[in-house]
Amino acid sequence: MNRQIFHKEGATLRIMLPREVDHHAAEEIRSAADHILETELIGQLIFDFSGTEFMDSSGIGMILGRYKRVRFMGGAVRLTGVSERVGRLLAMGGVYQMIGKEEE
Amino acid sequence: MREEHHMKLEMESRSENEGLARTVVAAFLLRMNPTVEEMNDVKTAVSEAVTNSIIHGYGNEVHKIILSADILEDCITVTVEDFGRGIPDIERAMEPMYTTCPALERSGMGFSFMEAFMDELHVTSSVGKGTVVRMKKRIGREKAGNGSYGSAD
Ligand SMILES: Nc1ncnc2c1ncn2[C@@H]1O[C@H](COP(=O)(O)OP(=O)(O)O)[C@@H](O)[C@H]1O
Ligand SMILES: [Mg+2]
Repeated sequence: MNRQIFHKEGATLRIMLPREVDHHAAEEIRSAADHILETELIGQLIFDFSGTEFMDSSGIGMILGRYKRVRFMGGAVRLTGVSERVGRLLAMGGVYQMIGKEEE
Repeated sequence: MREEHHMKLEMESRSENEGLARTVVAAFLLRMNPTVEEMNDVKTAVSEAVTNSIIHGYGNEVHKIILSADILEDCITVTVEDFGRGIPDIERAMEPMYTTCPALERSGMGFSFMEAFMDELHVTSSVGKGTVVRMKKRIGREKAGNGSYGSAD
């Protein structure tokens, strides 16, 4: 997958999520993100939704999967740029029970 | 006047076609002059059903999915059909957070999203034969002039 969606600043990895986060996109992000998480030292993972217009339950699974991985290594996960629509899906999918909601 | 429209698309169960399915139904839905919210609701539901056929129905093998949509007056009905494994216990499958594929990072929220975003959801399935998901939504319940998708024809 296009590595341009991944930005590393120190120990922080920012993932610029695509316009549509469906099963197809989620699978690509999952494998590329896990490769980085396995090979580089990441203390904080940021999912940046500012360019995301569409998401479905596959996006929820992908986010929770990365969350478990990063937490297991003692790191933190943040969500930014969340639109009202995406926020509603994250809430319905139980993501906010794991990853705190941030005021923007 | 009685408004009636029909479309049908046969496609392969490739994950690239999830976007195709959403786009086709979205374009079809435009003639109902939906709000942005209604459009997103239908797109999410279509995406969930097609993804399920790809992952669960066919286990990521490439076979046939039939997507159809019907507009009757102010309602759209979308049907997603596969000829795959089928669902042994539909009631259980439809429970929130229930998934048979946790290893694939499924959240188990697909049917819940379809239920939440559409007005009606009917699932029929037969093990070894396939699954049909039919969902219906009334468009235009929300007040007009509120973030709607531009002109109707
Ligand atoms: N088209 C299908 N063919 C076979 N099994 C299905 C189909 N759709 C759904 N299922 C079953 O129903 C379960 C729940 O589906 P869903 O709510 O979308 O959650 P998820 O896709 O995250 O597993 C799936 O895990 C699967 O076992
Ligand atoms: Mg699903």
